[in-house]
Amino acid sequence: MTEPNIRILLAKLGLDGHDRGLKVVARLLRDAGMEVIYLGLRQTAESIVAAAEQEDADAIGLSMHNAGHLTLAPRMVAALAVAELEIPVIVGGIVPDEDVAALRDAGVAAVLGPGAPAEEVVDVVRRAVDQRRSTG
Amino acid sequence: MDGDDRSRWSKAYEGAVLRDVPFETMSGVPVEPVYGAGPYPGQYPYTRGVHPAMYRSRLWTMRMFAGFGTAEDTNGRFKELLHHGGTGLSTAFDMPTLMGHDSDSGWALGEVGRAGVAIDTLADMRDLFADIDLATVSTSMTINGPAPILLAMYIAVAEQTGVERSALAGTIQNDILKEYQAQKEYIYPPRPSMRLVTDMMRFTTAEMPLWHPVSISGYHIREAGSTAAQELAFTLANGFAYVEAARSTGLPVDDFAKRLSFFFNAHIDFFEEIAKLRAARRIWARWMKERYGATAERSLLCRIHTQTAGVSLTAQQPEINIARVAIQALAAALGGTQSLHTDSYDEALALPTEEAARIALRTQQIVAHETGVTNVADPLGGSAYVEELTDEMERQAEAIFAHLDELGEGSILEGVYAGIENGYFVGEIADAAYRFERGVNDGQRIVVGVNAFTDGDDPENRNLLRIGPETEDYQRKRLDAVKADRDGQRVQDTLAQLTSDAADPTLNLMPPILDAVRAMATEGEIVDALREEFGTYVEKAVI
Amino acid sequence: MNTESSRSPVDEVFGRAAAGERRAVGRLLSIVEAGGPQADEVTELTHGRTGTAHIVGITGAPGAGKSTLTGQLVAHIVACGGRPAVLAVDPSSPLTGGAILGDRIRMDDLAGGDVFIRSMATRGHSGGLALAVPAALRVLAAAGYDPVIVETVGVGQVEVDVAGTADTTVVVVTPGTGDAVQANKAGLLEVADVFVVNKADRPGASDTRRDLELMLDLSHLSGLDAAAGRRPPIVMSDALQGAGATEVWAEVVAHRAWLVANDRLEGRRASRSRHEVRVRVEQLLEADVDALLAAPSGQQLLDSVAAGELSPAAAAHTLRSDLLAAD
Repeated sequence: MTEPNIRILLAKLGLDGHDRGLKVVARLLRDAGMEVIYLGLRQTAESIVAAAEQEDADAIGLSMHNAGHLTLAPRMVAALAVAELEIPVIVGGIVPDEDVAALRDAGVAAVLGPGAPAEEVVDVVRRAVDQRRSTG
Repeated sequence: MDGDDRSRWSKAYEGAVLRDVPFETMSGVPVEPVYGAGPYPGQYPYTRGVHPAMYRSRLWTMRMFAGFGTAEDTNGRFKELLHHGGTGLSTAFDMPTLMGHDSDSGWALGEVGRAGVAIDTLADMRDLFADIDLATVSTSMTINGPAPILLAMYIAVAEQTGVERSALAGTIQNDILKEYQAQKEYIYPPRPSMRLVTDMMRFTTAEMPLWHPVSISGYHIREAGSTAAQELAFTLANGFAYVEAARSTGLPVDDFAKRLSFFFNAHIDFFEEIAKLRAARRIWARWMKERYGATAERSLLCRIHTQTAGVSLTAQQPEINIARVAIQALAAALGGTQSLHTDSYDEALALPTEEAARIALRTQQIVAHETGVTNVADPLGGSAYVEELTDEMERQAEAIFAHLDELGEGSILEGVYAGIENGYFVGEIADAAYRFERGVNDGQRIVVGVNAFTDGDDPENRNLLRIGPETEDYQRKRLDAVKADRDGQRVQDTLAQLTSDAADPTLNLMPPILDAVRAMATEGEIVDALREEFGTYVEKAVI
Repeated sequence: MNTESSRSPVDEVFGRAAAGERRAVGRLLSIVEAGGPQADEVTELTHGRTGTAHIVGITGAPGAGKSTLTGQLVAHIVACGGRPAVLAVDPSSPLTGGAILGDRIRMDDLAGGDVFIRSMATRGHSGGLALAVPAALRVLAAAGYDPVIVETVGVGQVEVDVAGTADTTVVVVTPGTGDAVQANKAGLLEVADVFVVNKADRPGASDTRRDLELMLDLSHLSGLDAAAGRRPPIVMSDALQGAGATEVWAEVVAHRAWLVANDRLEGRRASRSRHEVRVRVEQLLEADVDALLAAPSGQQLLDSVAAGELSPAAAAHTLRSDLLAAD
């Protein structure tokens, strides 16, 4: 039996409406053979947790542009912890380098900078999911 | 024939009041106001410019966005700008305000005062414009979904300081159609939202002759990833849609069209951007005259505000963005813009620092005062390349209009609604964005600092603007105080009246919104009152 | 085999799912999607435990507004006290095997966020979907959801088959797109129990309705609908405005009542089970055939055929004998 397809939720937390990057990543991941469950804009940590449970998601990808990452990303990690779900959270978008360490400390599995090439995005997701599958 | 054009233009030019500067090159060579063939600037179809003397008469307005923190904070910045000689204010609002949420709403957590100023009630609006004479300044407000509420607040503040609404000059963006296509700052579904727009157009046409009730925007469409031709076509199509909608409420086109203005992007492909602005003027004039029967000259003019492309700025080696912005500002000037905002170089990373904002303003000033491009109107007119590009932009735009006309069975307005619902705009934009990304990824499209020439990036040493949580605390307290102080019953009554009026499409909602605003209802409460009747909009995923 | 003190992992997850734990249901759905021995175990556990849940299929061409309509229906069902679940099936890319599953956004919002929604990609293997979907529907029914709705895009034969295996199948068409004719071509007319003309505010809506009526008339005249015994109603709706959803659901419920009253519900379910058994057997056999052909003896046989020494028919008979002898 082959390894099942990776199922990844893609979403934006909070009010920010810039979804250009999110949509591009959705296509990239689909082209890499993944199943992208596209939740889109204006999700809350709770709505993402509910979807993650229903969809049995392997990973959660969040796109951030409005300097909200230091508040919103930890909130996502915390909501997953409360629900006792071990799903890696990957943050992409505009994250200044100096904040990456803080995000990792808060429990974010990986951070992708703006303009990260397609291969890197796909690779980061695969590694995060592989890691989860081997420990899970 | 061209001789006629030229002599007509000449007469018009002579009637213009010019700036008191020498119109010659740096080396002292005197130059003509315009070269080449007609139609000339100020002549239908205005390809070469909206005014016969263009920048010889008046430079473009250097209108820089401001907005952060509390109303008091922004009021301070406004006063500084006015003190330095500005006559125009441009207001940026925070995300909760843009989306119709109060600062104490769950959605506002972490976002209050960050991307702009926080406005919850009339009290905040009063603070925003404290000690500023609204009769003498022109104010631009960049807000869409809750636009009628902010306009009502502005009017109420003016009233309370003794300024008649008919004296108020300014613009409110209020371009809801592009929200469904690109920026996604919508609240209600398209048709009820359009009703709010036409209510405001009717209201301002009748009572605020100096006010621009819609700034038809392509900037955001381009930022979302469209091509230049799509930006051009979708924007003008939205403009046609607003014209059709306003006409259908009984407003004659020549009554309102003169107060419609446009907002385009200035991206990095230099000549394409110049051609785009030229094509915009030509298309708008022709359609307004031939399709919509406008006869007043002012109805045919496509007056443009431009902003340099935020999306073209890189986080890598951000200082080189200064060069990008300069080139884009130059393109806007050569394209004949009436007003310009130049981005700060650090915009890809955070809100601009004061230094970065100053550099952006100085960039415009260099273009305006040092380069000499303002001596001649449409200096690239007649260039085989630019004329061909202009024609090509127009051709591509016309193909899109034809598609929308078909979708809408003879109505661009209906075609736009259909395109919103079936995902046409969003799909085209997503496709264009994806093609671009693939190009960058494959190395076919070079972005300096990102996929080529990457040496020199210094991520450790960025000096970024950070906004703290003080604004949120302050706003919450302010809201509590306003709510404690106001007449709760009166608020409930005005909101109930608003919901009830919303159910009758023939009623203009500006008066009941004004009542609610004066009663100190919050923005969120007013948005909710309308939501009861209009519902909300969730987009279909079109990727 | 499973004693009280040691339950299999699948059994353990099943227990939690039956008790209403959402994430356990999510896990089970992944197991049945993946297929294999664990999926078979789930089939064992869910067989006969799906109760009286109403299985509803919703299908139609892309762009017909199915997900908006489904969202409206689900909101209505919740308002009436139901506990619906939705399986939203979307095509995988034939090139890359990946998929973008975006149906749940609108549904989720319209339903107030309180509904179980699962997105499933077709994953490109035609056999797989025909098994994965019924198995998934059984999981949801066993977990206590009722009705269980499967929403597919009705373009491929497999998708049409899937929709047709529901208790009640709703076919959605839109005016002006030739949807009615397309529906006929795709074989949807045979499986439809309720027709919905969505975007009924559009011009051409009454034409589309008329087209459907005509096609149903023809079906009746030619006797093709004899087995159906009932003429599917046509409901006009405008899902975006929220109009018509209540009527659509009323017809769906009425259809179920009709099935029960006319003793047809069991028959439908029986034919579904028969079909599933057949598909499973075919899949098992296919796997065996693949193994045989890949083995050295099989390869030799194929080489002989290629060299012209053996006819394909003779080769096939030899292989079949080997297959039957092997067990």
